[in-house]
Amino acid sequence: MAMSRIDELAPTHERDRRWGLWMAAAQSGDRAAYETLLRECIPFIKTVARKQGVQPDSIDDVVQETLLTVHQARQTYDPSRSFPAWLRTIAQRRAIDGLRSHGRKGAREVHEPDAYENYTDPSGNPELHANRVDESGELGRAVATLPSGQREAVEQLALSERSLDEAAQATGRTTGALKVNLHRALRNLRARMGARN
Amino acid sequence: MANSDANIRLIETLGSDLRPVRRLAAPGWRALLWLAVVAAVAVAMVFYGDAGEMIRRFAMAPDLSLSFVGSALTAIAAAIAAFELGLPDRKPIWALLPLPPAVLWFGASGIGCFRSWLVPHTTLVSVGDAMDCWTFIVGMSLPLSAVLIVMLRRGYALQPVLTAAIGGLACAAAAATLLNFVHPFDASAIDLLFHSLAVGMVAFVIAMIGGRILRKR
Repeated sequence: MAMSRIDELAPTHERDRRWGLWMAAAQSGDRAAYETLLRECIPFIKTVARKQGVQPDSIDDVVQETLLTVHQARQTYDPSRSFPAWLRTIAQRRAIDGLRSHGRKGAREVHEPDAYENYTDPSGNPELHANRVDESGELGRAVATLPSGQREAVEQLALSERSLDEAAQATGRTTGALKVNLHRALRNLRARMGARN
Repeated sequence: MANSDANIRLIETLGSDLRPVRRLAAPGWRALLWLAVVAAVAVAMVFYGDAGEMIRRFAMAPDLSLSFVGSALTAIAAAIAAFELGLPDRKPIWALLPLPPAVLWFGASGIGCFRSWLVPHTTLVSVGDAMDCWTFIVGMSLPLSAVLIVMLRRGYALQPVLTAAIGGLACAAAAATLLNFVHPFDASAIDLLFHSLAVGMVAFVIAMIGGRILRKR
């Protein structure tokens, strides 16, 4: 395994020339050459990432970040220079970025496998559940007592989550009228629900 | 295996997005193009400024001409370094290229401070005049850095903040060089302080703003 890693990074004249030609062709828009080149580069990028100390489960992230960078930076490749050297620098940089982001995530997040299982589901509390059902019933009754224009606005925009234009088409009202009605409806509902609580 | 499939799918997506691109010119040529913009401003200032007065000052105080050469060389070296750093396969050591001319620039300006203390009847700069110098360097750096950042964006800097900082140094050094055309004073400590503050501020601001603009992820 160690030998294959060393072989992957070792410069071979034929491979370097071939990759350089493919990249130059890719700069001219040759898709077949480009895709072949990127596929051939994957083991090379993985070897660079491993050498930088990237963990096996993050290697593919580094590969993808490197491929994206190659795509965005393809105009900067100079065919008179070594393509593997160009690619290696990009892969090294993306590996370092990956390690840094992994480190930041590790510092920010705590691995606690039991936390999810021990998390109390609020809906499991019968009292809370009963209160919520009661409140939603109250809200439904409050909406039903609103004037028709305001009720229509709440039903279309808030409950059915339609856009202003869709609601205007469905009700035959202007978007301005719908906005005004929604605003008045919310004010009325707040006042009624607030008074009851 | 799923991840490997993701790699292959990404390659197909990138392939479908492939468009022909125009290869970038060599960084030296691109630096030359930006320096040509600075040179065009310099030519305009020779017409509108007092170049004769500048030459007389340089003849009387060689440290001023050394400082002028130092700032001009810093602008050239920093511009080359910024365009080199704007390519992914260049080493960060390019950032040190402007260091020797910068030492000459600030060293010669420092010597000027000593001379102004030792030689009587030297026209010294007031705080108000030094503020004008600061305003000139910062104000002139802004359009120069806008041009530079637009040019650098065509490349791909793997270290965008460092690249932008060196670009900012190039702009500030170019602006300080151009200042000589309209700067009828000998160097003084306060002058050096305001020049240094202006250069540091420009490099810092361009590093922060330009670094964000050059970051392409």
